[in-house]
Amino acid sequence: MSNTRVNRLHYIVLAFMALTFLTPLVWIVVASLDPNASDALKAPLSVTIGNYVSVLTNADNLKAYGVGFAISFVESLLVVVLSCLAAYPLSRYRLSYKKAFMNIILFMTALPMIAVIVPVYKMYLSLGMLDSLWGVILYLSAASLPYGIWLMKNFMDAVPAELEEAAWVDGATTMTSIRKVVLPLMFPGICTVFIYTFSKSWGNFFVPFILLSSADKLPASVKLYQFFGQYGLIDYGPLAAYSIIYTLPSVLLYVLSQNYMSKGFSLSGAAKG
Amino acid sequence: MFTKQKYGIVEELKKSVLLLPAVIVLLCFFIVPIILTIYYSFTNLALSGSNAQNLQFVGLSNYKRMLTDPTTITSIKNTLIFLVGSLAGQTILGFLIAYFMKQKARVFRSVVGPCFLIGWVMPEIVVALCFMAFFKENGTLNAILGIVGVRNISWLYEHPMISVIIANIWHGTAFSMLNFQSALDNVSGDIEEAARVDGANRVQVLWKIIIPCIKDTIATNIMLNTLSTLGVYGLIYAMTGGGPANKTTTLPIYMYNQGLKGMQLGFGTAIGMLILFVGVICSILYTRILGTKEK
Repeated sequence: MSNTRVNRLHYIVLAFMALTFLTPLVWIVVASLDPNASDALKAPLSVTIGNYVSVLTNADNLKAYGVGFAISFVESLLVVVLSCLAAYPLSRYRLSYKKAFMNIILFMTALPMIAVIVPVYKMYLSLGMLDSLWGVILYLSAASLPYGIWLMKNFMDAVPAELEEAAWVDGATTMTSIRKVVLPLMFPGICTVFIYTFSKSWGNFFVPFILLSSADKLPASVKLYQFFGQYGLIDYGPLAAYSIIYTLPSVLLYVLSQNYMSKGFSLSGAAKG
Repeated sequence: MFTKQKYGIVEELKKSVLLLPAVIVLLCFFIVPIILTIYYSFTNLALSGSNAQNLQFVGLSNYKRMLTDPTTITSIKNTLIFLVGSLAGQTILGFLIAYFMKQKARVFRSVVGPCFLIGWVMPEIVVALCFMAFFKENGTLNAILGIVGVRNISWLYEHPMISVIIANIWHGTAFSMLNFQSALDNVSGDIEEAARVDGANRVQVLWKIIIPCIKDTIATNIMLNTLSTLGVYGLIYAMTGGGPANKTTTLPIYMYNQGLKGMQLGFGTAIGMLILFVGVICSILYTRILGTKEK
């Protein structure tokens, strides 16, 4: 086969695959706009944004989005601060345990944390931390910290040490040089860690599902599950609208992260001359 | 690295102060739970009843029970089927998409790419909802199949495992695609060109040049997918709840049913140990592959 014909074939196959990948989304989009949506796929008789309005004017729903946002935001902040602090000695100092430490961190990034959820439940029960948002936040932070530290150390490695030495010569202390030199240069890296942690946490279902029980503490993910898992008679239109609103932040964060990642880290030029 | 002078232990501890907060959080909420998992799996710990008060060491009896319990065997089998099905689908599809997308027009890539990415970006509970509607008797799939004259099938009852595997492949393919895209971008065009000049055809270039060049990526990708597939819980739980008749009960679901719903923490934790064990092996392999590159 000639090159152009193979190329054309690729285009056709890819377009077909892309369409196939979109088919599971058809129902949710159509249903969210249909005032009389059911679980069956059907063309709506009229189109409305009423489902979105009813979801967004319901105080319980807004609360669930808010709780989800609070958990993800505090967790991401915690992970960013802790991993920034940890990354500094790992990136800048000669430490005898560094290689072992980084290997353990890498090892921890990969462990399936669901395996330990039963003992965590028991531990929280004994400590009185069940059904507490802080409990969820701390557990989620610990689960995302290894990857945060790993990323942050690599980002910090990319900031040339010479820039910091220059700051020292000018009389800055270690903390000042971190604050005024290293952190601003690492800003894209910090955003990457924050966004990554946030979107994983936003989509997480099993941790809040298992560790929380009060209806008013449930984040959007668990609320959505209860929406279609528990009740026999479901309002499909609002359910679909709720899901789409819940998905939007994930999409938005992904687009944002692409922006930051493509900027890259080419700071080594700053130390030239 | 700032200095070449040798530090004493005191000096080294001083330098490590900034590590402390992270290490404390990791100790309390990561390491301790793992130690508890190992410990509880050898006990008769229960959430209620007399065993909740007097915790006893029961040796290997949780593990013995696991080996003779037919549902455990079923969940191990289900986990393997789910794992192999998802891995094969995600890796092959992800690679093919990345390979076909290479050097295609920019406009085309930016239109087609997001179609695959949306499934990956979407929270798993929404994925579950989409596929419940997709596989329903009056759902999208049957509507499409109806056009070519296939009778209505209630996928979630008749083929529950295939349904959850397809949902998981849809959810995970883009991750493999992204990995393979960046790996393929790093394959030098010169080697490919040289092979073509020497008369190799497309398939030969793919097998003899491209695949060997990206074998590290293939290995890490399979490792990471194994680890994430092993932890899939919400997707299956929301779609089928592990049913019908345990047909989609994988280890995480069984662990939840026994350990928390059934309140047998000891036995549930032993099931968790199984997941952890497979996870540890994969993590070690993964660390080996990546760790060698770190100085």
